[in-house]
Amino acid sequence: MSAEELTFVEKYDLLGCIQCGRCTGGCPVTVRTPLNVRRFMYDTLNEDLLEEISAKTEIWDCTTCYTCASRCPKGLEPMEVLIGLRSLQIEEGRVQPTVRDALESIFKDGNPWGMPRAKRYDWMEGLEVRVLEPESEEKTDVLLFLCCTDTYDPRVIKVTQSLVKVLNKAGVDYGVIGEDESCCGSEVRRLGEEGLFEMCDEENVELLNSYNVDRIVTVSPHCYNTFKKEYHGLKTPVLHYTELVAQLIEDGKLELTGQLDKVVTYHDPCFLGKQNQIYDEPRNILTRIPGIDFRDFDRCRERSLCCEGGGGKMWVESESTKERLAEIRVMDAKELGAEIIAVACPFCLLTLEDASKVKGLEEEMRVADILELLAEVI
Amino acid sequence: MNGRPKIGVYICHCGINIAHTVDVDEVVKFASTLPDVIVARDYRYMCSDPGQALIVEDINNMGLNRVVVASCSPRMHEPTFRKTLITAGLNPYFLEMANIREQCSWVHEDKIAGTEKAKRLVESAVVKVRRLEPLEVKEVDVEPSALIIGAGIAGIQAALDIADAGFKVYLVEKTPSVGGHMAQLDKTFPTLDCSACILTPKMVDVANHPNIELLTYSQVEDISGYVGNFEVKVRKKSRFVDVDKCTGCGACAEVCRQAGRIPNEFDEGLGMRGAIYIPFPQAVPAKYTIDKENCLFLSRGKCGESPKCQEACEAGAINFELQDEIVEFKVGTIIVATGFDIFDARKKPEYAYGVYDNVVNALEFERLVSASGPTGGNVVIPQRGKKKKKKEDEEELGPVIPKNITFIQCVGSRDKSVGNEYCSRVCCMYTAKQAHLVKDKIPDAEITIFYMDVRAFGKGYEEFYDRVRREGIRYIRGNPSEIFKRGDKLVVKAEDTLTATPLEHETDMVVLSVGLEPRSDRREIIDILKLSSSPDLFYLEAHPKLRPVDTATDGIFLAGCCQGPKDIPDAVGQAKGAASAAMILLASGKVKVEAQTSVVDEATCRGCGFCVEVCPYSAIELVEINRAGWPVMVARVNEALCKGCGACSAACLSGSIQQRSFRDTQILPQIEVLGVK
Repeated sequence: MSAEELTFVEKYDLLGCIQCGRCTGGCPVTVRTPLNVRRFMYDTLNEDLLEEISAKTEIWDCTTCYTCASRCPKGLEPMEVLIGLRSLQIEEGRVQPTVRDALESIFKDGNPWGMPRAKRYDWMEGLEVRVLEPESEEKTDVLLFLCCTDTYDPRVIKVTQSLVKVLNKAGVDYGVIGEDESCCGSEVRRLGEEGLFEMCDEENVELLNSYNVDRIVTVSPHCYNTFKKEYHGLKTPVLHYTELVAQLIEDGKLELTGQLDKVVTYHDPCFLGKQNQIYDEPRNILTRIPGIDFRDFDRCRERSLCCEGGGGKMWVESESTKERLAEIRVMDAKELGAEIIAVACPFCLLTLEDASKVKGLEEEMRVADILELLAEVI
Repeated sequence: MNGRPKIGVYICHCGINIAHTVDVDEVVKFASTLPDVIVARDYRYMCSDPGQALIVEDINNMGLNRVVVASCSPRMHEPTFRKTLITAGLNPYFLEMANIREQCSWVHEDKIAGTEKAKRLVESAVVKVRRLEPLEVKEVDVEPSALIIGAGIAGIQAALDIADAGFKVYLVEKTPSVGGHMAQLDKTFPTLDCSACILTPKMVDVANHPNIELLTYSQVEDISGYVGNFEVKVRKKSRFVDVDKCTGCGACAEVCRQAGRIPNEFDEGLGMRGAIYIPFPQAVPAKYTIDKENCLFLSRGKCGESPKCQEACEAGAINFELQDEIVEFKVGTIIVATGFDIFDARKKPEYAYGVYDNVVNALEFERLVSASGPTGGNVVIPQRGKKKKKKEDEEELGPVIPKNITFIQCVGSRDKSVGNEYCSRVCCMYTAKQAHLVKDKIPDAEITIFYMDVRAFGKGYEEFYDRVRREGIRYIRGNPSEIFKRGDKLVVKAEDTLTATPLEHETDMVVLSVGLEPRSDRREIIDILKLSSSPDLFYLEAHPKLRPVDTATDGIFLAGCCQGPKDIPDAVGQAKGAASAAMILLASGKVKVEAQTSVVDEATCRGCGFCVEVCPYSAIELVEINRAGWPVMVARVNEALCKGCGACSAACLSGSIQQRSFRDTQILPQIEVLGVK
């Protein structure tokens, strides 16, 4: 039986739920929104009510951080029920204009930011980066996959440029796709646009498989997660940049000669940590930087707090006026005495930096990607 | 018996079970036409007394020497009709069953086709029965002694029962003392009996019983043989203390240079011991043991000028030269009572066990509330892993008494994410008990229990749960998802599912009600005894309902939590059951062994060993024989171990290994009648 033929109850195995409450108990947004994901696991058992239930605005509060699923004792994924309900809304065309625009932009130009495809690689100007040719005879070690935020967002472009500096310094044999690169579709799937995600899956797999490379390295944990877990037929192994860079340092290929005398903490991106158990590599990199006084958040690793950047939340404004999770996060960092919050995800970078401004901490606390810190010490 | 076969065929109606779909008259007519069939009859219930009498009469009057019964599955009534043949003086292996019920009438609707199939089945049985040979049922003597592995409450109880019945018992325990987990508990639910008070007398009894040989700090290394005749090899690890001389005075432990530096396993690491130690004051035997990994003299070759313990021991019991000892003995039966491990809460990192000192597991908490525990029964926040370095530190900190204690149930139970789908059966009740004990010790403490379902299924359990709730313990229905810190409080992040309210519950101390798991070293016994495991990885019983203490191997039984999580009453009950099953063997003194065993034609066996590999009972070994002056390897079957499953003969490439009553010459013609050539 294919997934299409399954009923809603079967598709999400709702009869397997014992209503223990671990999903809602762990859900980070419950402190600021009315979302109670366990109730959705219960209420959607009545499939006659699906339309009515999907109209509840809190289904858009989910950041798809995956905490609910990682805590479920029965191996269910409550978060997917919310995505399923979003799909019903999308099918009906009932969707916020910002979301509609983002999805349309991905369909048209391969990015959610409403930017023309031709400008995707403007960030590269003046840098030494090789654009790879598909079906090349010559094998390249690393295909660098940059997400739409890495390429278009003026703040995140600095991270991408830092990565180039790091890879060049370490002498990595790598290249990029160039203008043909398109959105990975991670946020598309999470916004409930199943059809468009299928297109992203098919087209990107075909594109990526056409390159003669040993491995694909992504900057965004969101691309990484989608490539690894949600694409069908991708032949090349995928790494997150923290895995590659940690190995470069370990192998002595990247020497850290500078000094960074700062108190640094690290914020685990949900898509890297909770969803892919990459906890050690980012810390291994940071603790190797000379001068750094590294202090972990109390809520770190498997207990890390989501920054609310995922699940399409970059395009959905929450109705809640309560303190954002990213704001709680920067205040926790302040209490820790951190001068820098290091991140390894473009969305975390943007949400946390924004929160530090809201809290008036931008003078005393810096939010930076690990790559930016590295670029300063090589 | 070598004369011409004279076969009687008996066709059962089984009321209408068979007759409804099979025309019995027609099958009788057909059967009587088959070669060598002297008589064919039908009867309403062949298995009844008059039905069996028909067969006996015909054997006596007509001189029948082969019998076919066409009725139900041999699993059901083969033993019945074998006895019938014995009554009539015929070898019971001259019987063949044709299963025309389970394999015919019950699974078909068409009477014409059903009747045809019944005829084929009867004919095939007739073809086979004429080729059968008489077999002899052998009996072997049973060594009148038992081995019990594990001396927790289950092992202790089984040992006492068997020893009281007058049989010799070898009780082997891995750790320095008997008692198991029960010895670690403070009080027991729901009666609040003091665990030590009810256990200690039994511990002393096993040590003093004239029929029990207690082997503590010992491990089973190897077991060979079969039911009634097991040969056991046990390693008695060296304690480096001569137990005959040691008086248990404790002078050695006081002077040990490592005293107070090594986490005591019995106190779940919350209390400290030295390198020479007794696990707990009531330990049996009350003899000291040197832990060689931590003893300075044994691990580094130097302990000050000379080991202080040796100087302090007036009895001269300490001897660093003592070696492990291997003990070998024979037993007739074995009971496995190796117990359980508690779930390692580190596998659920969201609860931050091992990160915060004030998150403890339930067994640690049990030691904290126990009067014999490291805090003398005072519930305080443990200073874990912090070695007492300086006096000032101790004075400055002092014990912190929690005023708000939170219990989390189902940690590592009913949880697929850690591979434990089962309910551990004891946690609901021990949590209620622990909450009650805290209320007793810290009356103004606020106590909360987060649960998903309360399973109070045993005698007096629901009543106890009622009592505890009325004492003011707050039960919140919702399984917590995360623990983090806010200031000096722990925050338990959960949902009250009854009101659909997400909570951030602040508390001073969290107790994780960890579940029971199969022991991490369970493979050691599996490898030695070839036991099977159920999907939950506990040892597998022979039948979940009707043979709950048996294993697939004759003479080996299970008791206690090694078979699955149990509370104390159930563990004791199962131990008594296993003891009783063992005593049936021991009391009868003889055991019948399977007659339909495999046999090797040593003249054609190529010694490839394939049969050895496929045999699930380790009944076949390769031996060297002399074949025409040349040494060759051939397979040999230990008939006492062989269960007649036939795996070897199916696997044998040269057809040299054959199973009695199922030889190729017997079953191939039978199969041919059924239409397979």
